[in-house]
Amino acid sequence: MIEVLYFAWVRERIGLPRERVQTTAATVADLVAELSAREERYALAFADLASLRVALDQELSSFDAPLAGVREVAFFPPMTGG
Amino acid sequence: MQVRVQSAAFDLGTESASFVASAAGAGAVVTFTGLVRDNGGRLAAMEIEHYPGMTEKAIAAIAEQAMARWSLADALVIHRHGRLAVGEPIMMVATAAPHRADAFAAAEFLMDYLKSRAPFWKKEIGADGVDWVAAKDEDEAALKRW
Repeated sequence: MIEVLYFAWVRERIGLPRERVQTTAATVADLVAELSAREERYALAFADLASLRVALDQELSSFDAPLAGVREVAFFPPMTGG
Repeated sequence: MQVRVQSAAFDLGTESASFVASAAGAGAVVTFTGLVRDNGGRLAAMEIEHYPGMTEKAIAAIAEQAMARWSLADALVIHRHGRLAVGEPIMMVATAAPHRADAFAAAEFLMDYLKSRAPFWKKEIGADGVDWVAAKDEDEAALKRW
């Protein structure tokens, strides 16, 4: 089981802030493909990966990163702090 | 080094004074404060979302980089989240160093990295509706100078 978090418009598009996902995905991109195949709202949220960022266990990562040992995955748009 | 992520307002005067007091002997203190701008009167409020846990870690890592790179006596980052009205302070950074060049450079570095590497997302609530603030290419480009 992996904890998946969504922030900002990704959260709004998918309609929930977090969920536990049972997955055998090897990489972030595989997880995105699994989620996108679930329902339209996921496919819409993940339509353009260039406009998304991903963090693995609260560290910025990339879509080709492996998920082995990862407990928390977060998807969000580019950050706008400051 | 101090990092605070909070929804509560903070008082610039109080924070600056206590930072200066703790940095006594440093020689130079730079402070920067970001406020909710009114966008020509079109903005009513700003809603700031963040990623609890990652936010604190990311800011601490950025501040540690600044401490390592410049000769800083101390650094302070306060960043708020939640709903903020126009004119309210969103965040502040303060740096203390023996000389002003390091204090200014480190403050700019902190600001550049907080903009695009600290997990905050701003939503503008205005007369024309509600919209997420898009990250700017120049904010990403600003990181290259470091």
